[in-house]
Amino acid sequence: MTMPETRTRIVWDYAPAPESPDHVRLRDSYGLFIDGDFRDPVDGTRVPTLNPATEGPVAEVAFAGPGDLRRAVEAARRAQPAWAALSGLERGKYLFRIARLIQERARELAIVESMDGGKPVRESRDVDVPLAAAHFFYYAGWADKLSYGVGGRSVEPLGVAAQIVPWNFPLLMAAWKLAPALACGNTSVLKPAETTPLTALMLAEILQEAELPPGVVNIVPGLGAAGAALVRQPDIDKVAFTGSTAVGKDIQAALAGRGVPLTLELGGKSANIVFEDAALDQAVEGIVNGIFFNQGHVCCAGSRLLIQESVADTVIGKLWERMGRLRVGDPLDKNTDVGAINSREQLERIRSLVSAGEEEGAVRRTVDCELPERGWWFAPTIFTEVAPAHRIAVEEIFGPVVSVTTFRTQAEAIEKANNSTYGLAAGIWTDKGAKAFEVARALRAGVVWQNTYNHFDPTAAFGGYKESGFGREGGPAGLRPYLRVS
Amino acid sequence: MIRRLPHVDRVGIEERAAVLGKRSIKTTAKQQGIRLAVSTVDLTTLEGADTAGKVRHLCAKAVCPAPTMPEVPSCAAVCVYPSLVGVARDALAGTGVKAASVATAFPSGQASLEVKLRDTEDAVAAGADEIDMVISREAFLAGDDHRVMEEIVRVKEACGDAHLKVIIETAELGSYDHVRHASMISMEAGADFIKTSTGKAASGATPGVVLVMLEAIRDYAERSGRAVGMKAAGGVSTSKAALHRLVLVKETLGDEWLTPDRFRFGASSLLNDLLMQYQKTQTGRYARPEDFSKE
Repeated sequence: MTMPETRTRIVWDYAPAPESPDHVRLRDSYGLFIDGDFRDPVDGTRVPTLNPATEGPVAEVAFAGPGDLRRAVEAARRAQPAWAALSGLERGKYLFRIARLIQERARELAIVESMDGGKPVRESRDVDVPLAAAHFFYYAGWADKLSYGVGGRSVEPLGVAAQIVPWNFPLLMAAWKLAPALACGNTSVLKPAETTPLTALMLAEILQEAELPPGVVNIVPGLGAAGAALVRQPDIDKVAFTGSTAVGKDIQAALAGRGVPLTLELGGKSANIVFEDAALDQAVEGIVNGIFFNQGHVCCAGSRLLIQESVADTVIGKLWERMGRLRVGDPLDKNTDVGAINSREQLERIRSLVSAGEEEGAVRRTVDCELPERGWWFAPTIFTEVAPAHRIAVEEIFGPVVSVTTFRTQAEAIEKANNSTYGLAAGIWTDKGAKAFEVARALRAGVVWQNTYNHFDPTAAFGGYKESGFGREGGPAGLRPYLRVS
Repeated sequence: MIRRLPHVDRVGIEERAAVLGKRSIKTTAKQQGIRLAVSTVDLTTLEGADTAGKVRHLCAKAVCPAPTMPEVPSCAAVCVYPSLVGVARDALAGTGVKAASVATAFPSGQASLEVKLRDTEDAVAAGADEIDMVISREAFLAGDDHRVMEEIVRVKEACGDAHLKVIIETAELGSYDHVRHASMISMEAGADFIKTSTGKAASGATPGVVLVMLEAIRDYAERSGRAVGMKAAGGVSTSKAALHRLVLVKETLGDEWLTPDRFRFGASSLLNDLLMQYQKTQTGRYARPEDFSKE
């Protein structure tokens, strides 16, 4: 009998655990999804969409020109009366079917979302895709109960909705837009973002498989200019936009005086407030989830961290230690916590704001981790000694960068949190229930999380104050922007 | 002073523990992880029906868990009642596997301090390298932190050179705040290891409980500079559960804690599941339970 060799140190590291893209049914080239079918663009172009982790092409996609947008709006217009005339029960059945098909193709969708956008597959698998399905399930249930959602009054759909979604949660944002619009009897022209069109086009295949009537949903990828042209189409009845505040203002100006209702979900610089009586280790987890989730490409990211001075050193120490344990790298590896930055352009923006922070005198610390050679990456970064006037305390960075400020009292925390042109979300960390409610009421933010952060649920309304936008998505409130109530 | 320890948020800690349960541990990582787990097992028998014969069998198993797979290391220790620790010591002599004994009126701890000290001295005199004591939950739940601490200090003295593992019996404490608090008291009082459970209570080393204790160890090490070990005992009976606990250690305390000097599993049935899963990584086929000896 050979005796085991006992006292050598056993080294244990996670082996690479990449999701295999082999089973993904991705086409080489996608047309524009108009009137129920993929079509060649009449005056658009075809461009490759890139994988931010490798800079290599994933597939080729048609971008819409002005004529294509016109065709898409016409198709949506033609389809609208019959769609609205269907009973709510029947519309609901289509939405249930779409939700189930999303679940069936969940693994594929998650992989493509990570390949096209750079987010870790753990997030696309556990957050983006299941929540997208959940939104369709949720609004499927509302389709035959619409008037109950608005206090028993009578309702009509608005008509054709132009919907523009960003690149940070491509499939999920498409679901947030499409599910309530369709449940209410509207038809849609959806424009995905230029860097992440693929999962929306896979959703188009799902709509075909669900036998959704042609024209009810049209999906037309394109540059920002295509979005600007879409909202200026004469024959639209509703615009819903999620994206930057600058573009939101342009859209609002374009719609002025046209009587087209508008929903805007824009940028943010959300405050995450840690009180001294908080469960500190869980607060640190919440800070990490608040700012490093999806590389910080989250409109409600907890990018302004406010810590009560008495615990600031402890919390920052714990946070820095925790940041060192984040696994940055291949988005398709199931053990990756932080993936690639979505585009070269976004990476440049993050870099420029971070240098501004250094120049203005804030103290920067960046995790010393190995980054892949190819692709666009930014290591998790924390700024301390940030003054409220610094650009990094005011402007949205939209990257894995958190700015820390301290406060002394509850009143000061509220004042500092509200001292922003934005008002999308906020987090409160305290073990005291009464304090949490008091602070939440005083905060001018659309979403306030207590002892958690970045938790999303289709039953809860989401939307902003001030320059973070108006209108709500999710919950019964999310029906309202798609209905004419009388 | 001590009652002002930071709180633990139940939802938050369980969420974090669950996320770490999703780490993908495959191929070589699985093999190495299982070998590491085996090397940290305190192979345990704590039955009224234990005999010298059974303990000798268990010792042989701990020294050489899988004769056909010599790359599988020995376990860390064999853990028995004080009356059998002499048998274990003799059977383990020269193997590097430690003899561990429970003591202090295990598992209830409902005895006078004198009896507990005598119990400990007996076990040490019989050759125990390690003592697993229980805290007085009676004192802890009555709010008498001082008595809990005092007992640990005295038992530690009685241990002499033997290492002291302090069992806080998490299932009886009622909240994560109490788990964290009892962990801190035990470390302040001189514990070399803190341990979740006796194995006799309703639940044991759940992921949330283990994570709370690991965070306490991390904070204590940061404050005092002293590295305290962790023993997860009770309810960890599968390889998957064991690897999950190792992930919690790796991502809370770091690789320095992934050694038998600083981490242990207290288990009986876990070992054979580890061996079955290890063999599967070698052969690609699932073994049968009867392929490995029970003890």
